[in-house]
Amino acid sequence: MHEAGIAAGILKTVIDAAEGAGASRVNTVDVTVGELTEVVEDALHFAWGAATDGTIAQGSKLEITMLPARSRCADCAEVFGHGRYDGGRCPACGGYVVDLLAGRELRVDGIDID
Amino acid sequence: MKIDIGERILAANDDLAAGNRELFAEHGVYVLDLMASPGAGKTSTILATIDALRDRYSIAVIEGDIASKVDAEKVRAHGIPAVQINTGGACHLESAMIRRAVDTLDLDALDLIIIENVGNLVCPSDFDLGEHAKVMILSVPEGHDKPYKYPNIFQVSRAVILNKYDTVGVFDFDEAEFREVVGSLNPHAPIFPVSATKGDGVDAWAEWLAERIEAVKEGGSA
Repeated sequence: MHEAGIAAGILKTVIDAAEGAGASRVNTVDVTVGELTEVVEDALHFAWGAATDGTIAQGSKLEITMLPARSRCADCAEVFGHGRYDGGRCPACGGYVVDLLAGRELRVDGIDID
Repeated sequence: MKIDIGERILAANDDLAAGNRELFAEHGVYVLDLMASPGAGKTSTILATIDALRDRYSIAVIEGDIASKVDAEKVRAHGIPAVQINTGGACHLESAMIRRAVDTLDLDALDLIIIENVGNLVCPSDFDLGEHAKVMILSVPEGHDKPYKYPNIFQVSRAVILNKYDTVGVFDFDEAEFREVVGSLNPHAPIFPVSATKGDGVDAWAEWLAERIEAVKEGGSA
């Protein structure tokens, strides 16, 4: 439900970068979203259409890359991919101390402009 | 023409959160972001926590709601300063709202600020407010399956309060399964069974919090 806020955050970054580069329009916007965030891809596309209405980014395509979660075990240094429920424990040694390496990203990677 | 950006989407919120965090550290005040569904007992838990800690610490509360000031009035009636934020429809609090609320408080006189986030198990979990810890409340009537449905909030919480624990027999709440799922999502978060309105279990939770307040008063990061 907070995709509108996320879309507004993306838009601010995009407008700053596009205007800074003297763009007349924004064609595509590349973003990366970690799978452990609460962002819903379809809802974000919908929110993007609404947020960009009447801006330099109106009609632009939002390219969303969903990034799977990865963690590293603090005991044996194993790096492993996981979902929401199985990331708390190392599959190699069974250790419970793991550091999340990826999965909570919310990032604007770049834009394509004219 | 392609332009590389590589900026966090919530950069504006995150930057403001970092500013809040510095401000709290400067004044040695511990800040707790309390999250739960509507009706889970956030305000009751806050009042019980105040009763357990008010002799030792100076406390203020920031109340986040879509509308109304009933929660802030309840806290003020308890003799504790309270600031009400009305988000006007927004489903979570953001750092800028917290900053405006905090600016009305005397931080030097405070040891603990409890932020009551908007009742919601989804959105508050993605927004950094500059707090020291996010803690969530699940109430027994909501059911033991909630960690399956709302995993993110269980993952970002430093502790989980299981409220209305006195009703655990009535609602067919499978505590063993609940503990197992929460443990797999977040092995480091303690679970505190509490009955906020009766006071049961509040002491263990309050002691956990007091340890962290002390660490921040002494200049640590807790």
